Amino acid sequence: MRAGAVRAFGALLLRDVRVLGKNLPGLLVRIIMQPLLFTFVFAYVLPKTGMGFIGGSGFATVLVPGLIATSTFFQGIQSVALQLTQDFGFTKEIEDRVLAPLPVWGVGAGKIAAGVVQSVLAALVVFPIVLVVHAKGQAPHVHVHDVALLVLALLVTCLLGSAFGLAIGVVVEPRQIPFVFALVVLPATLLGCVYYPWSTLHTVRWLQVVVLLNPVVYMSEAFRGVLTPGVHHMPLGVSLGAMAALAVAFTAIGLRGFRRRVVS
Amino acid sequence: MSVPTIRTRALRKVYGGRREAVAVDGIDLEVPAGMFFGLLGPNGAGKSTVIGMLTTRVDPTSGTAEIDGIDVRRHPAAAKRLLGVVSQTNTLDRSLNVAENLEFHGRYFGMRGREAKARAAELLETFQLADRARSSVAALSGGLAQRLMVARALVHRPAVLFLDEPTTGIDPQTRINLWEQLRALHAQGQTILLTTHYLDEADALCERIAVVDHGRVLADDSPAGLKREHGSDTLITMTVEGGGLEGLRAQAEALPAVAQAVLDGDRLRVTAGDSEGLLATLVSAAADRGVTVHDASSQPPSLESVFLALTGRELRE
Repeated sequence: MRAGAVRAFGALLLRDVRVLGKNLPGLLVRIIMQPLLFTFVFAYVLPKTGMGFIGGSGFATVLVPGLIATSTFFQGIQSVALQLTQDFGFTKEIEDRVLAPLPVWGVGAGKIAAGVVQSVLAALVVFPIVLVVHAKGQAPHVHVHDVALLVLALLVTCLLGSAFGLAIGVVVEPRQIPFVFALVVLPATLLGCVYYPWSTLHTVRWLQVVVLLNPVVYMSEAFRGVLTPGVHHMPLGVSLGAMAALAVAFTAIGLRGFRRRVVS
Repeated sequence: MSVPTIRTRALRKVYGGRREAVAVDGIDLEVPAGMFFGLLGPNGAGKSTVIGMLTTRVDPTSGTAEIDGIDVRRHPAAAKRLLGVVSQTNTLDRSLNVAENLEFHGRYFGMRGREAKARAAELLETFQLADRARSSVAALSGGLAQRLMVARALVHRPAVLFLDEPTTGIDPQTRINLWEQLRALHAQGQTILLTTHYLDEADALCERIAVVDHGRVLADDSPAGLKREHGSDTLITMTVEGGGLEGLRAQAEALPAVAQAVLDGDRLRVTAGDSEGLLATLVSAAADRGVTVHDASSQPPSLESVFLALTGRELRE
């Protein structure tokens, strides 16, 4: 019985990977554009124009962890939440998978697992881009002390993004998802300590406190900790711990909501 | 005695919310293996909710539902192995092509890649979809999509095939084709539970029919048994106009052969055991009272009259 459920889970994941493969070209474009343009403008164009007030190798170094964090996180959200709009839409396409011989929460967990696969892919694609694209002398100072910690930070980010995607997908009505993206994605990115370390916000104290509600902050800071330890960052225990706690919370919300969506 | 393939006991579903709605109000069903069983009732009678509970997608408020002796509520994952479901809407996976829809369904149920491919190919052949194997499912016509849904439900060789209103909104030719496929499956021993609000469909396909209305089973018998028990009367329907309609109804009901006379708007429905000469008697009685008869018809015992006798109303779409 249990073996059957595990095989069903594997098959659901395989289905999502097959679909991911079919959509790969479009997916890669979505993954690449934002980080590519950001590094191109801020680490190449601006330094070239001599507008050094924001450019410079210091800024590239700040940017690398933030861009990896956001790209990975939002790929996770998108892959799960956008898929669910189709699954829960008018046609209830997910019904056949809900009838697969495993507990309903297992089908929801399969969605998270597929989101993790897609966001790991996003991280692998974005990583070389943000390292390579820069003007001469503007290379970011990346230094990985501990590969295991990097992998851990990456996996927790992917899990958090996918769980968050599931939570959004089950709580929000399908046609309101684009609205949520505008309302959540944009502020979470701009106020996610992607372009500046959290510590620099001490000059705007209230904001420094408020942004602690934003999961992206912990991701950016965690990637700073494992990739660019030279830049000031939160202790890794704090950022990784907060991400893990949020991942657990969103997974619980997502799985419960998923059941409520498919079983009346 | 072997365990029935489907068994429900006092199965009940009450939807909460601001106004409580009793969708299913204590249903007992027993369907032995190999039977073609029909749930017949108007829209909103609770048929789909019964299927939903039997197929783990609706949580019963109380009562039990078992498939092959497995309690679907306590062991949903085990029960799902035994279920093949064709739902009312097209739920095909649009991200996969025709063959993949079948292959992945097989994989969900534990088939290895090669086995799933072989089973998919076999079913595509059976359901005459082989030339569409690589098509997008979005490109399928309604009839083909439905055929694929039936094929998909059969990939894992379920103990029971559920079809929820399979012929609602499809063209007559597709309907006939589906009937043929279902008869062939039944001939091979497949247990089938079908819901429908078409009397002719239930009559044509099912060995036994449960008539459902307002969440209750009103009768559960073979089509012939139902007609014998509840539809032995001939039904005379007259479309009438004039002042003395109620008087006409009372006069009709007072006739010795007449079991019941019901006035429903401009329609007078008279059920009678012995209908010899009754139509003529009624028409002349109407003329005596100055009632105009626009139309009159006499119908031998049918499921239509069974349904009318059980629910007091016609089964309309």
